[in-house]
This record gives sequence, C-alpha cells and structure tokens, in this order.
Amino acid sequence: MSTLTLGKALNTGLRKAMENDPKVLVMGEDVGKLGGVFRITDGLQKDFGEERVIDTPLAESGIVGTAIGLALRGYRPVVEIQFDGFVFPAADQIITQLAKMRMRSLGALELPVVVRIPCGGGIGAVEHHSESPEAYFTHTAGLRVVACSNPLDAYSMIQQSIASPDPVVFFEPKRRYWDKAEVDTDADPADWTPLHRAAVVRPGEHATLLAYGPAVKTCLEAAGAAAEEGRELEVIDLRSLNPLDIGTVTDSVNRTGRCVVVHEAPVFNGYGAELAARITEKCFYRLESPVLRVGGFSTPYPPSRIEDHYLPDLDRILDAVDRTFAW
Amino acid sequence: MTIDSVRGAPDTPKAAEPELVQLLTPEGERIEHPDYPLDLGAEDVRGLYRDLVIVRRIDQEAVALTRQGELGLWASLLGQEAAQIGSGRAASANDMVFPTYREHGVAWCRDVEPLKLLGMFRGINHGGWDPKEHGFHLYTVVIGSQTLHATGYAMGVQRDGVLGTPSAGATIAYFGDGATSQGDVNESFVFASVFNAPIVFFCQNNQWAISEPLERQSRIPLYKRAQGFGFPGIRVDGNDVFACLAVTKKALENARTGQGPTLVEAYTYRMGAHTTTDDPTRYRLKAEEEAWKLKDPIERVKAYLVRGDMADAGFFQKVEDEAKQITRELREACLALPDPEPLSMFDHVYGEEHPLMTEEQEQFAAYLASFEEEAK
Ligand SMILES: Cc1ncc(C[n+]2csc(CCOP(=O)(O)OP(=O)(O)O)c2C)c(N)n1
Repeated sequence: MSTLTLGKALNTGLRKAMENDPKVLVMGEDVGKLGGVFRITDGLQKDFGEERVIDTPLAESGIVGTAIGLALRGYRPVVEIQFDGFVFPAADQIITQLAKMRMRSLGALELPVVVRIPCGGGIGAVEHHSESPEAYFTHTAGLRVVACSNPLDAYSMIQQSIASPDPVVFFEPKRRYWDKAEVDTDADPADWTPLHRAAVVRPGEHATLLAYGPAVKTCLEAAGAAAEEGRELEVIDLRSLNPLDIGTVTDSVNRTGRCVVVHEAPVFNGYGAELAARITEKCFYRLESPVLRVGGFSTPYPPSRIEDHYLPDLDRILDAVDRTFAW
Repeated sequence: MTIDSVRGAPDTPKAAEPELVQLLTPEGERIEHPDYPLDLGAEDVRGLYRDLVIVRRIDQEAVALTRQGELGLWASLLGQEAAQIGSGRAASANDMVFPTYREHGVAWCRDVEPLKLLGMFRGINHGGWDPKEHGFHLYTVVIGSQTLHATGYAMGVQRDGVLGTPSAGATIAYFGDGATSQGDVNESFVFASVFNAPIVFFCQNNQWAISEPLERQSRIPLYKRAQGFGFPGIRVDGNDVFACLAVTKKALENARTGQGPTLVEAYTYRMGAHTTTDDPTRYRLKAEEEAWKLKDPIERVKAYLVRGDMADAGFFQKVEDEAKQITRELREACLALPDPEPLSMFDHVYGEEHPLMTEEQEQFAAYLASFEEEAK
C-alpha cells in the first residue's frame, strides 16, 4: 500500500504498463524532460529513454495520427493531450480515423491507442484549459471513453485502458490530480474493478446521484451534507462513459426512485441527456420524479473569476435533490 | 540535389545562423544592410527605447502580480521586446494584427490598454478589447489557429481591391516556433501562397515551446520553410529592434502593394519561463540563458543612444520614472478590478435571442437571488 495522489497514481500506472510491455510508448508535448505540464509522465523518459517517451512536435493531429500508424505497426501508444481544449486539432484523427479502422478492416486492424486528456475546470486557468469534451467522443462509435475520479481507479484504469485492444479516450480530472488516497500497487489486476463497470461509491436509499470524473467528489460531499439532514443519497461513479454500465445505474434508481445526474459539461446535449433518457426508458414505473441534471450552462466556459458559479457545487446539487423530492 | 544529400546531416536550426539581418550589434553599433535601409532620427530611436523599457516593466509587473496570486497566469515577453516593438511599430493604422497570447509589446504599439491584457489573465474575461478599434485581434491561446484567420482576413483585404492604393492595409500574424508544427500554420502558408494574400507571418523563434527545443519542431531554419510553400522567408535578429522594424516594414509594404506573403523569422530567446506555471530549470541550461543575456534588446539601443550622444542620463531617468509610474498605476488598477457579475457569463454568447440560454439565465438569476432571500 502506498499513499498516492491521483497524478502520481497515473504516473505509477504508466510506469507499470511500460515495464510489463515493451510495446507501450508515451507520446505528447512536453512529456519527456518536463514530465508533462502536470508531471504525469515525470521520470518516465529518464527510465525508459527517448525512444519510448517521445516529446513530439507541437501538433495534436500529428500526435494522434502518428500514434495510429505506430499502433498499426504493433505499438501501444499512450498519447497525452496537454489540455482538454487542445484535443480539437486532433478530433479529426480521433473521430474519423482512430474510431473506425477496426470496423472498416472487418476486424483485421487493431488500434490500441490511449488518448489521455486532463479535463474539467476549477483550477483558475485561462480559456481552453477547463473544458469537458466527453460528449463529442461518447457520440463516436468505436471509441471507449472512460473517466477516473480517484487515485486507485487512476492507477488501475490507465493500465486497463492500455491493455485494451480498442482505442480509449481517457479523461483525467485535473483539479483532482493532487487528491491523495491509499493505492495497493501490489494488488492482483484480476481483483481490480473491471474497466467498464460503474462503482457505487456511497450507498444510499433515498435518491441516486450519478457522476464521473471531477464531479464524483463533489457528489460525495453533497451526499455527506444531505445525510446530516436525514437524506441518504447513493452516489455512483460511472467510471466508463462508453460503454455505459447501465445495470448498476438502473439497479440503484429502481431502488431509490429518484436520480440527479451531475457533470461539468453543459447540460444541453451533454452526457447527462443520454443517462436521463435511458433511465426514463428503463425505470419509468419506478421513478418518483423526472431525472434531473446539474451541469454547466449553455455558455462557453466562463472566465476563471466566475467559474465557481458555472461548476456544479454542493448547493446546486442539493438544490436539485430538493427539487426531485418536491415533485 | 540527390536524395542522399537531403537525408544527410540536417541543417540543424541552431547550428546555422545564416543571413541574419542585423542593423544594430549587441554592442550598440549601427550597421547598414543593402536591402533594409532605415532612416531613424534621434527622436525615433528614443521613442523605440521608451517602448522597450515600458513593455519590459509592464511584463515584470504582471509576473510579480501573478506570483502574488493576482493573475491566474502570465506569459512573459522577457527577451522578446525588440521583436515585438520593432514589428509592432512597423505596422500602420490600416494594418491588422493577429497575435498569440504573448504579444504584449505589440498590443502596446496598438494602444491596447495594458490593464485589458491583465484582465484576461486575471480571469475577468476572455478578451476585453475591441479588435476593430485597435487593428489588433484577440489573443489566441490555441496554438496556430489565428494564422488561418489572418490569412482569410488578408484575402478579404485583397478582394476589396485596395491593394496598391494608399488605403491598403496588410495583415500580420504572430506565432512561435512551436506553432510552425501545427497543421493550421502550414495550411495558412498554403492558402496565403496560392492566393497571394497580403500577409506577413511573423514567427518569434524564441527557441523553446514550453520544454521542447526548436530541434523538436524543425530540422531546418524556420525561415527556409517559406520557400517550400512558394513565398520568401527571411531571418532577422529578433533582439535588434531596428532590424525587426526595417524587415517587417518592407514585408508589410510588399503585402500592401500586392506582392504577396512573407515569412519573417525573428531569431530571439525566451529569457523567462514559458508562463508563470512553468519551471525551465527542468529542461534548460543556465549557460544558454547567460549567452542570450549578452544580446539584450534594450541594452544595445541604450548603448547606441549613448554612443551617438542622442540621450543623456536625464532622458534615461525620465523613461525609468515614466515606466515606474505606468506600472504603479497598472498594479493599482489591476487590484481594483472587480470580479465580473456571475450572470455576465450569459452575455454576448449570441447575437440573437436564444430561448434556452435565456431560460437558464433566468433560472440561475432566481437561484442566486434565493441566497439573498435566505440571508435576509
Ligand atoms: C493546440 C494547442 N496545443 C497545445 C497548447 C499548449 N501550449 C501552450 S503554449 C505551448 C508552446 C508554444 O510554443 P511556441 O509556439 O514556440 O510559442 P511560445 O510560447 O514559445 O512563444 C503549448 C504546447 C496550446 N495552447 N494549443
């Protein structure tokens, strides 16, 4: 057991994956000597060399496009996109190429590429450094999309993603990089929660909170506050957005009868819309109130001095919980 | 050229420092260049010196404010003052500038209030000035994007049919060495070239893209790239404000008169960290920084002024005092900047009524008001 930050857990996970498989490569801007702007790849180039930890030219389309080529040649590239807002120059390669080659080749081609994206706001950054672009990628068939929320998951999920034969878009909640927890780095990978399974991170019987990535911690705090007022909220960390572990979700909502979805991305056409629709379909007769969503507004991510108003916080989550009970 | 000669030892961008246009040596000696005559009176030189000193001071103040938690981030221009003031003063009122996020010196030349720049880095807004009023577009954080906007803008100027007339304006796009790897920048070169757009691409090669040295972006000197796209490229001493001024002037004039694009590579150095969140000790050698210190863009103008008896101690003191005054006021104004109203995030998102946004705005207003009710 060691106590690791989420960032260090990712670093340790990457290191393990590189040790276990010489085909694993790390690529991106500043991932070498600097260890990435968040230091997630810290020390990897020193230990694995410049051939396996590659500082790339400053070109996201180039990074993902060449990772595709390397994967076609048998490598397992893990690419880092420096910030969420800079994945869009690579969106073409991810959406039109990476996602579709397996199907187009009738299964002959395998593209085990992991695209790591530090995501979300709350760090006082300038424009384009606080985005939540998950919906663009969950909308694209052929990609697996996952989001970690805590150090243990970060450690296991990055390794599971690298091991996956499919392309994985891997979201890292940047404002949680410094959160610490115990991580058993000696655990048998067979004992890890499977990559595409959601986790009930706090059981409760009165309503279900659904979240992923950075919002999980906020939801846990909200559930703590609600408990003081006698409401037991169940909190589910989805972990995987595509595929979605709908069974864990519906089991919960069928018990509680109420559900609030929380994410940082704008609510309109956000991932919560998919959840709400699916839950409505599957739990219609058990629902006591409509599935509510709490998230960003239909505006661009605001300047940092008012980002706290944009990000779902305890009050906005509890307000939504109140509304589900008032129905 | 044979394939082997192409494959051979790369013309490494650092080893080669050829054809660097220089009009003022690091020691402050004036030299002439046949293609770039520059006629500056003492008053002009003093003006450039004043610009250089003031933007450096503003930059230092912004770095200090960031350290004190008053700005979220700052991208320092330390070392790049000459490239920015030289090129910035070369542009005339009709010209249009498309900057990145580091062009504080160019902004100064375009009369953009420094406080507006600070506001953006403080997190007050994502821009803050009227690009049309200043002929200075918004800062662009996504690397390279603005070069395409600039090219399109220049194509618009071309379509207006004003090139070659006194009302013609050129367009100038700024970007860094790292940006030259982006698809957008390469695409902008293609468009500018095939449409013969009236644009100047001004690359400040400050040697580093965060931690990545130029060798990670190119194996040939950057100005040579232009040739492959079909327009001229020229390398200028980026720490020489005279050379930057003269070369950019000529390139802009070529654009205005319909002679098409030029790539200007200002060969300079980022003396500070990439931004205030960066730690260059992880990747950069002290010796390199020391070597570039000797090429300081301000010191050489000062030496030139002194040598030529164009300025006395009183002048330098006056500039110093003025810079101090400006930064003192800037600091006070920065600290006094109020946070925006939360509801302002709904402003200016659309030009026309947008029902969903209006609904969200109303709901959020009611939600915020509920706290005030509770507080009563
Ligand atoms: C598309 C994109 N990718 C990554 C980044 C993150 N980033 C910000 S500045 C920078 C380096 C830029 O280097 P260069 O173009 O040489 O300009 P400089 O900052 O050195 O002036 C990087 C990688 C970004 N802003 N945009």
